[in-house]
Amino acid sequence: MGKEKVKVIISKVGLDGHDRGAKVVATLLKEAGMEVVYLGMYQTAEGIVKAAVDEDADVIGLSYLSGEHLVFTPKIVEEMERVGLDDVLFIVGGSFPPEDIPAMKEMGVDEVFRGGSLTESIVQYIRKNVRKQG
Amino acid sequence: MVRKLLEGDRRAAARAITLVEDQVDVSTQLMKLVYPHARKSMVVGVTGSGGSGKSSLINHLIRLFRQQSRRVGVVAVDPSSPFSGGALLGDRIRFQAHSMDEGVYIRSMGSRGYLGGLARSTSDVVRIMEAMGNDVVIVETLGAGQDEVDIIHVAQTCLLVLTPNMGDDIQAMKAGIMEIADIIVLNKADLDGANFCLRSLETAIHYGMADREGGWVPKVIPTIAAAPRSEELKGIDDLVRTIDAHQDYLRKSRAIDEVQAKRVEQELGLVFKDEVQKFIFRGLKGTGKKRQYIRAILEGKTDPYSVVEEVLGTFLKV
Repeated sequence: MGKEKVKVIISKVGLDGHDRGAKVVATLLKEAGMEVVYLGMYQTAEGIVKAAVDEDADVIGLSYLSGEHLVFTPKIVEEMERVGLDDVLFIVGGSFPPEDIPAMKEMGVDEVFRGGSLTESIVQYIRKNVRKQG
Repeated sequence: MVRKLLEGDRRAAARAITLVEDQVDVSTQLMKLVYPHARKSMVVGVTGSGGSGKSSLINHLIRLFRQQSRRVGVVAVDPSSPFSGGALLGDRIRFQAHSMDEGVYIRSMGSRGYLGGLARSTSDVVRIMEAMGNDVVIVETLGAGQDEVDIIHVAQTCLLVLTPNMGDDIQAMKAGIMEIADIIVLNKADLDGANFCLRSLETAIHYGMADREGGWVPKVIPTIAAAPRSEELKGIDDLVRTIDAHQDYLRKSRAIDEVQAKRVEQELGLVFKDEVQKFIFRGLKGTGKKRQYIRAILEGKTDPYSVVEEVLGTFLKV
């Protein structure tokens, strides 16, 4: 029994004030038929995960453009583990050195989309990997 | 799941709301278990056009209700796309100040093609939030126009949020959304034209609604819900006092009984419509009859009204 609609949290975290990318991705996912809860900027890891719990979200998508990706990623993963969101996809997008990607995946990010990724690839990845509820 | 939900477990509640939103078959069973526990909360509706400041006002309402140690649930509806079925749910961004507060449960919903300013399942979601133990449930409609008035069937106290310069006094005299407000909030009251707008609204109320015998006369509250400095905010305390005054009025005058009865009547109608339709379509499934009916209607041999009459005749004959 799958859910009727895929629900995605799109957010930024910390003091990074570049929200264009997050807004673009939010719009694309809306146009792909998903329900996108847009949290905007200056969120905390705890706040984002709590929103995912309340919204029964299937995906958390984070956008980084200020070099904070290695700081906040483990905090999000830790918080997701603490509240038991083990069936929620955690994807990350934005601008960061490609050599940091293995470290981010090691920390627990499910997939990474750097600037220049095809929009279709994000949509397809989510559709293919989103949880199937039993 | 229901037991955990009744204890206020937010993951159980979140999952339950999804089932109800998706209208899967078990949701009927779920609502049967939840319903008896859902009668105690104060339900406040907030409606108004997109961008009028509904979410920003609710942000402050949450803050003041939390200062009084009341648990708050919020259901925020935004429109679904008629093309993709997707939605951008952007109300939560205004509630960031409460993002870490365990005493606040917020749920965003896409309208999923349902008209009237809410989603089909909003009323059930409110019941679930009541059953979770929230003292106050706030329901935010999508950006509503002149006639999206379903909120009156769900909320006990209805707030209509307007801003200056949205039209003249004739607009204020119209039927529909202008009539459903128990409290009219004139937000962005620092903009030019606010005083004129305030006078138009008060005049419209004076001529249109002030003669309700012993009844509640709608109040107009000017507010500023978003400002760079908190001391520039205006009218929020006044608004909360007025909401409480309206609730007092409902309870003292027993008007609350009528409000509750209307809500149940609406729920009953919706559930009836859905269940009868499901029952009939389930009965027709696999018989090929639905397709035959459609073809017959297209060929001009019959019409939808005669078909429904015929089908209901066969199904409901005992």
